[in-house]
Amino acid sequence: MNDTATAIRAAPTDMGAAAAQPVAIDIRDLDFFYGKSPALKGVNMAVPANSVTAIIGPSGCGKSTLLRTINRIYEIYPDQHAEGEIVIDGRNVLDRRYPLSDLRRLVGMVFQKPTPFPSSIKANVSFALSYYERLSKSELNDRVEDALKQAALWDEVKDKLNHSALSLSGGQQQRLCIARTIAVRPEILLLDEATSALDPISTAKIEELIDELRERFSIVIVTHNMQQAARVSQNTAFFHLGELIEFGTTSDIFTNPHEQRTKDYITGRYG
Amino acid sequence: MAIPVRRRVADVAAFAFATAATIFGLIWLTWILWTTLREGAAALTPTLFREMTPPPGASGGLLNAFYGSAVMIALGVVIGAPVGVAAGTYLAEHGRYTRLAAVVSFMNDILLSAPSIVIGLFVYELVVRTAGHFSGYAGGLALAMILLPIVVRTTEESLRLVPDQMREAGFALGLPRWRVTRQILYKAALSAILTGILLGVARIAGETAPLLFTALNNQFWSSDLNGPLANVPVVIFQYAMSPYDEWHVLAWAGAFILTAFVLLLNISVRLLARKGKDR
Repeated sequence: MNDTATAIRAAPTDMGAAAAQPVAIDIRDLDFFYGKSPALKGVNMAVPANSVTAIIGPSGCGKSTLLRTINRIYEIYPDQHAEGEIVIDGRNVLDRRYPLSDLRRLVGMVFQKPTPFPSSIKANVSFALSYYERLSKSELNDRVEDALKQAALWDEVKDKLNHSALSLSGGQQQRLCIARTIAVRPEILLLDEATSALDPISTAKIEELIDELRERFSIVIVTHNMQQAARVSQNTAFFHLGELIEFGTTSDIFTNPHEQRTKDYITGRYG
Repeated sequence: MAIPVRRRVADVAAFAFATAATIFGLIWLTWILWTTLREGAAALTPTLFREMTPPPGASGGLLNAFYGSAVMIALGVVIGAPVGVAAGTYLAEHGRYTRLAAVVSFMNDILLSAPSIVIGLFVYELVVRTAGHFSGYAGGLALAMILLPIVVRTTEESLRLVPDQMREAGFALGLPRWRVTRQILYKAALSAILTGILLGVARIAGETAPLLFTALNNQFWSSDLNGPLANVPVVIFQYAMSPYDEWHVLAWAGAFILTAFVLLLNISVRLLARKGKDR
């Protein structure tokens, strides 16, 4: 399943600065299947902590699948399964004994389309918060405010916290989704093409936000947009047909790729 | 560019046919409403809601029948709606990919199309024969069994219409399934679920057969659910079949109120559904 050539390529020899940083997510020999068809093949990858790691590659290369494996969201669907290990804080989170609510508190996820819940702005942020923690009313308000500030949304919504979240614009909705995800204080943030449904101004706002957030969180973003990967990430991984082709610092990947397939992709030969 | 004559003819023909079909459908509704209104007009006075069903030759109203119907419909909703919403939730959420859910869904379809007289007979055997007498409880139970599959189906469908992204977003926050269902999915599907319950009420409001076998009827005022209870459909049936003119008028008036009630319920369902879509 895992040919040695892939393993050597994926080893962080050419990771440069990334190799020196502590590892947030250690992915080992990961295979993933939709039914019987494989979507990820023998992925080995050490995602560094407190930085932004971008995952790029053509459609169907398995980049979203990789994100969906890290928080085990794929388990909603009975015909999908993963093999291998994903180690976070020294524990294999793919182990079925690892409690899902612990994992998802540790690893937050924001999706492509904004998914505000049909309730108030405040309730959107406090749903998960009040599930995990027993907070007094004022503590809860503080935490909601804190999360909205971190997501750079507070100034726009502070006077209408009880309005429906559906009344916000797409970009605001997406920042609300980020706010409610970071409200429970995760260590890792997964962003699955989180700006692809947004206009350029909202996208720029979220990119700025990602840059601020990397001080507190380890962030993995999947993106179709290579300029975005180049702008916001410190490390970039290139996937093709379910395999990790190359993983290194973003500047290396974009200016001096080692693999022909990486070179072809970033120069626009396919994708 | 000119549109070919053939296509213009086809367009006019299709439009004419669609309009004719609409008018054909509407004629019956207006005819029913008009006839019941005209024939029942004499009885459509405040007395209708103030007095009991009269003996032959006397004047009276339908108060006891309205009351009995309201109580039994309420009982039907109280029993049928929660069970139906719960079962629909199981089918759409918890049992989504299971064989059991497929079987339950199929059984529900059978119950949905079961003739109401069969349900009446079933409750007659189950409750009336066991208890030894007709009762409002039995009537409410029979109505609940007719309401149940409607609510199951509409709840399941309205939950399925909530995009999977909403579930994923809830689960990604680490919320357990019951919390995702209760706090997120029910909110998203609320107006559709309520619509299903209201449609169910419209359906059971006019049911006669299941009440004939269960609640029977009552000439007098009774609020005792453990005994025979007056109700609008059976009163209409009895009075319409009688040889007395006063009873005929009351039957028409009852029929008009019943039709108007169902019509209003359907209109509010429409408004509710539209409100749900606007959000």
